[in-house]
Formats: sequence, structure tokens, C-alpha cells
Amino acid sequence: MSELTPLSSLAVGASAVIREFPKQGVAFLRLREMGLLPGTRLTLIRTAPMGDPLEIKVRGYNLTLRKTEADHILIELNQAAAN
Amino acid sequence: MTPPLPPTKPAPSTRASAPVYGLVGNPNCGKSTLFNALTGLKQKVGNYPGVTVERKIGTAYTQHGQPLTLIDLPGTYSLAARSPDEAVTRDVLLGRRTDTAMPDRIVCVVDATNLERNLYLVHQILDLGRPVILVLNMIDVAEELGMRIDTARLEQLLGIPVIACAASSGRGVIELKLTLSRSDLPLSRHAWGVPAAIAPAVSELQASLQENDGKPPLIARAEALLLLTDRDSVRVAGSTALAPRTQEILSSWEKRWAAAGTDWAAELVNARYDSIGKLTAEVVGQDSATPVGPSVSDRIDAWVTHPVWGWAIFGTIMAAMFLSIFTLAGIPMGWIESLMGALSTWVSGLIPAGDLHDLVIDGAIAGVQGVIIFLPQIIILFFFIGLLESTGYMARAAFIMDRMMSRVGLNGRSFIPLLGSYACAIPGIMATRTIEQPKDRLVTILVAPFMSCSARLPVYLLLIAAMVPTSEVPLGTKVGLMLLMYSLGTFGAFGFAWFFKKTLLRSAPPLMIMELPPYRLPGVRDVAQQMAERAGIFVKRAGTVILGLSIVLWFLATYPKAPEGTPKEQALAHSFAGQAGHALEPVIAPLGFDWRIGIGLINSFAAREVFNSAMSVIFAVETSDDEEADAGHLRDALQAAVRTDGSKLFTPLVCLNLMVFYVFAMQCLSTVAVVKRETNSWRWPLFQLGYMTGFAWGLCLVIYQVGRVLGY
Repeated sequence: MSELTPLSSLAVGASAVIREFPKQGVAFLRLREMGLLPGTRLTLIRTAPMGDPLEIKVRGYNLTLRKTEADHILIELNQAAAN
Repeated sequence: MTPPLPPTKPAPSTRASAPVYGLVGNPNCGKSTLFNALTGLKQKVGNYPGVTVERKIGTAYTQHGQPLTLIDLPGTYSLAARSPDEAVTRDVLLGRRTDTAMPDRIVCVVDATNLERNLYLVHQILDLGRPVILVLNMIDVAEELGMRIDTARLEQLLGIPVIACAASSGRGVIELKLTLSRSDLPLSRHAWGVPAAIAPAVSELQASLQENDGKPPLIARAEALLLLTDRDSVRVAGSTALAPRTQEILSSWEKRWAAAGTDWAAELVNARYDSIGKLTAEVVGQDSATPVGPSVSDRIDAWVTHPVWGWAIFGTIMAAMFLSIFTLAGIPMGWIESLMGALSTWVSGLIPAGDLHDLVIDGAIAGVQGVIIFLPQIIILFFFIGLLESTGYMARAAFIMDRMMSRVGLNGRSFIPLLGSYACAIPGIMATRTIEQPKDRLVTILVAPFMSCSARLPVYLLLIAAMVPTSEVPLGTKVGLMLLMYSLGTFGAFGFAWFFKKTLLRSAPPLMIMELPPYRLPGVRDVAQQMAERAGIFVKRAGTVILGLSIVLWFLATYPKAPEGTPKEQALAHSFAGQAGHALEPVIAPLGFDWRIGIGLINSFAAREVFNSAMSVIFAVETSDDEEADAGHLRDALQAAVRTDGSKLFTPLVCLNLMVFYVFAMQCLSTVAVVKRETNSWRWPLFQLGYMTGFAWGLCLVIYQVGRVLGY
């Protein structure tokens, strides 16, 4: 298993798999309900013109979230580990 | 794959009245388009009592002409509510609201191109144990993307009717209507495994909800499951609270799990997605000819959210909106004025001169004109808002603006209400209900009226005309003055938002979790319907106030009557309005305003634009059919007005100061009333009235006194 890094450090255009997710917090529950779960693959599409928020593609749709949340979502870059 | 199915029980087929359907779905799933397609113009827009969440109820007719009631519930991704809107959807579906009957049946609208995430809400709703019809909307788009959805298999797996539909083109709508009129809608057979660690808590909560809260068994189970993810965090007025015993059980389980390290909410969400994953694996297929590479939306977004071009496009769209309101609206406004002028002349011939004649012509007809004259601007603004929402640009605007809005502690969602406030603070403030965090919502409400609304526009126009002496002055100067007023209000709004977020309403920065939907062609019908709806709301809610107060104003400015033959200006001084203006004079004299301007300010509480008609009365301007000539006469009258010492009243400094006062002061009773309803107390609207007007007074005092010293 390769090293875990925060989602906010992902390069634009790169894909990764979510591994760890904070348990508490309204934001993280809503993100879960919108389909961001450990094991879910996502792609960073772009950042907003001023660098924040981020736009990701997950489960076939585009979602925005701020860097402050993305900092707490740990991802695994090694795509072979997914699925 | 499917768990053993319990026997299907049809819903009761005999009913005293036609069934009531609740219409639910994720944001951007095309639910409103479907609602419009089903109900047409048979819609009623109101509010849920106690909260300002819009309640839309429509009547649809089955193929046999039977009426059906549809409640269009606010869009949400989950029943675990995060905003007052979402809380209303949850509470109506759970039968918690005393003002709205629990819908007998539910129509779930999902975006077929995005089935997995959309099914999460459906999954929660199937737990409610009521007949559900699943509508796979935007099936045409899904087909274009090469997706094949096996609706027959989905129907079989869920045990409910599934209808493929494209609401924008009307495809599948007839089939849906036929299904809506079925008397034998089945209950879902879909079952899913509640995680073992959580199941005992669900049973215990269910038992308590049945026993202590009087809920029917299936609703109690659904509510028990929901409480574990929702924790009942967003409560709104009008929903019945849980029994204390149920709350005790909930918190004792939460404590137990917290100690054991069980992440109960996450386990429930995971279990639902597991179950959804199994469904979609069987139902959704992808053609081999899948389009490769970035989608059309992604390619558009590369420009629209580009660090340079993104701003240019945003600026262009905002400028186009602004200029349209400025210039385009003038044409229909001219028609309204000539039409009302003709009406006035015609009525004038029917009624003999006297009190009744004056009441009808100067009170009622003038008042009606004062209301409908704003419709063109409101309609144009909502045309743009509707267009931006319908195409998907609105979400991009929030995405682009979020960083800037977060500087003052708000999020991109506050941008839309603030933008709307440029037309009128009332719809703007009503649009704040999509802001999830109550404190951020309150901050947005508190600063929204600083945005120069369309009611200030005629005041600015009049005062700029009076300030800049002749038409020889380049147009640029007038436009520049106008932009200055808009900028002052905008900076005021952001400045105070930042201040409130730092002090009075300190809270964590809000979330920005939002879907960026694919770009779509605008739905002409939806845009038109929204324009008509907003115009209707304006006429009903603001219009009645303006009309009533302009009649009151006419009365106050006419009675008690001075002796026959008194000049009009002295007659007014003799009236109630003149007396009130005189009473206010000591407070506003340091700002350079006299009692006549005082009368204008008092009357502006009806609506700011009433200032102009008050000035017409005070300076006895004869009105005619010619609008331009009337405006010219009023401007000339203001320029000719003098103080008792013979000096000019409307000096450039006074005109400027008066405009600044209009930028910052809270002078709109309709807004005060809306804020009262939004915040559910008198505390915030009164605070807003005080701080805004106080700030305006202080600032104008400084401007006038400094201006005088500088010799203006």
C-alpha cells in the first residue's frame, strides 16, 4: 500500500482512491452521502480561478469542495491498489 | 443478489379524495421542469408557516381528467437535512409538520446520467413505506452518453414503477400521468441490510417512536434510521419535536458507539451505497462507443473557470444583465406609463371633480402605476437569473466567487442572494434559505439591503438629473455617478458582512459542497414560469404594500385641507405629512435636508421610489401623458426649489448626500417584514433598521459637514 496524502495535494488531472475519512463533522457526513467513501476513485478536475475551492469528478459527476475539507481526506495515488 | 422479498401489498385503492403526491429529488435533477410539465400554470406558491421556505403546490390532471395534488418539495441530496429547505422536505415526508399533510405517495425524480448518487435519496425514501414512483429524468442525455438503463430490471428489483422520462421535451410525461392515476401502486420490495452493530439501536428507536411519538411502524423505522445520520441537527418552526424518551435512547446509543469506536453514521451510509452499488451493477450498462476524453461541459468549463477568461466571461454576463435592466426595461416602462396615463384621462372624464376624483386619480391609479412600473426590471433580472440557473452557469458563478466571498467569511452561495438583491432585497433575502449555516444566512440577510435595489434606481436617476444641471454634461458623468452608488452599496455589504462574521455572528467558515451540473440548454418554459412567478410575488407581497401606502400618502398629503385658494406647497405644509416632515427636520438638518426632503424620506418607508412621487406632490408638479416631460418638470422643480433664506435646496452636495443616504439607510417596510419572517423574531429586523439607518445618518453627516467646509 502506497503512502496516503491529503486530497488537497493531488495534481490537477490526477486520479486517486479515497482511503481515510474523518468520522465527525457535518461536511464529511454530507460528502459521504454524496458518494465519497473509502475506496471511491476520484479525479481532480481543476481549482477555481483563485485556487480554492476544488472541483473533483466522483461517481460520474462534478463536485466542489474547499481545500479546508480536502486537507482531511486522505487518498492513495497508487491506482493499482484500487478495486 | 436480491434478498428474499416480502409479499407485496398494494396501497389502499379506495380513497375519500384524490391522492396527494410529494415530488422529491436531488438539486439539478430537473424536478422543477417536471413539476412545470405536469402542472402547467396550476401552481400555488406560498410559504411554510414559520419558515420562509417556499411551498409550491400544483394540480396535475390524469389522462382521464382527474385532478391530482402535487407538492414540489425543496431539492436535497439526503433526508439528513443541512438547511431549513432540506429540513422541510424531511419533515413533510416524515409527517412531522402540522401545517402540511404527509403525502400519500411519493414521486422520486432522479438524474438518469448520475444514477448512483441520486439513488441515495431514493434509498432513504423507500424506507418510508409509502408507494413510490421512480422517474429517471434526462434519459435522453443518458442515452447520448451511451448509457443503457434497464428500467424493466430496475422495476423488478425495487418493486415499484420506474419511468424513463425527459421532462424538457415531454417524453415519458404521459406515461407518468398514467402511473400517477393508478389506484394500485405497489410498495417497494427492496430490502437492504442494516449493519449488525446498528440494528438493535434502530429497533429500540423504532419502538420508542411508535410508542412515545405515535408514529406508524414503517415511518418510525425510517425516522429511526434517519436520526442516526441526521441527529436532528436542523430544526425548523412548524415541525413537531421528538419525545424526550426517544432523544434519551438516541444519545445513550451514540455514547455507547463513541466509546466503542463505532462510526455509526458512516456505516449506515456505506451500507446504503453497497446496496445501491448492487442495483446499478445490474441495471446500468455502457455502450462500447463511449465518448472518450473530456465532456462538452468540461471543455466549456476550461474557459468559464479559467483564471483570466473566467473573470472576463463573468464580468461580461454581469454587465449584460446590468445594462439590460438599465436600458431594455425602459421600453415597457414607457408603455405602462402611457397606458396608465390614458386610463387616468378616461377615468377623469367619468368622475366629477372632488375628493373622490382625486382619490381615484391621484391615490389609486397613481399607486397602481407605482407598483407595476417595476415589473419590467424584475422580469428582466429573473430572466437572467433563470437563464443562469437553467444553463448551469449559476453554480460556476458560485464556484468562481467562493474564494472572494470566503474572504469576508461567507461562501459562494451568498453570491446569488446578494446578486438578486440588486433587483430587490425581498427575493434576495428569500433566496438566502439555500445557505446552510444559520449564522451565514443571517449575515447575508443583514447586508443584502445594501445592494442598490431597483427601487433606488428612480431615486438615483432623479437626483442625478437634478444634480447635474443640464443635458450638456457627458453621459459618462451620469453613468459614473450611478456606478459610484452601486459600488458604495456593494462595498458596504461586504464590509459589514466581514465585520459581523468577526464580531456579532462569529462562526466557522461555511461549506462549499455543491454539484457542478453539466451545462444544458435553458428551459424556456422554466425561465418564463419563474419570471411570471417572481413578478406575481412582487405584485402580491410588495405591490399591495406600495399601493396601500401610496393611498395613505395621498391622504396624509391632502388632509387636513387648508382653506380654499392656498398655494399647493403651503397646503402640504398644513397636512399631516407636512407636519411629520417638520417634526423630523431637526434630526436631518445637519445632513443638509429640510422638512420637504423629510416628507420624502418618511414616505420612502413604503418603498424607496415613492420619494419621487412625494417630490412631485410637494413641489406641485403637473403631470401629463408625456413621461419625459414629467420627469423634466420634476427635475426643473427640484432645481428651482429654495430654502426659506432663498438659497438653493438641491445643491450638488445635497443631491449626492441624499443618494448616499438612500444607498445605506434601511427604508423599506416590506424588507423589514420579510426579514422578520425569515429570522422569526423582531430582534434582527429592528437591529438591521437601526444599524443601517444609523450608519447612513452618520456617514451623511460627515459628508455634508466636510463638504460645507470645503465650500460646496
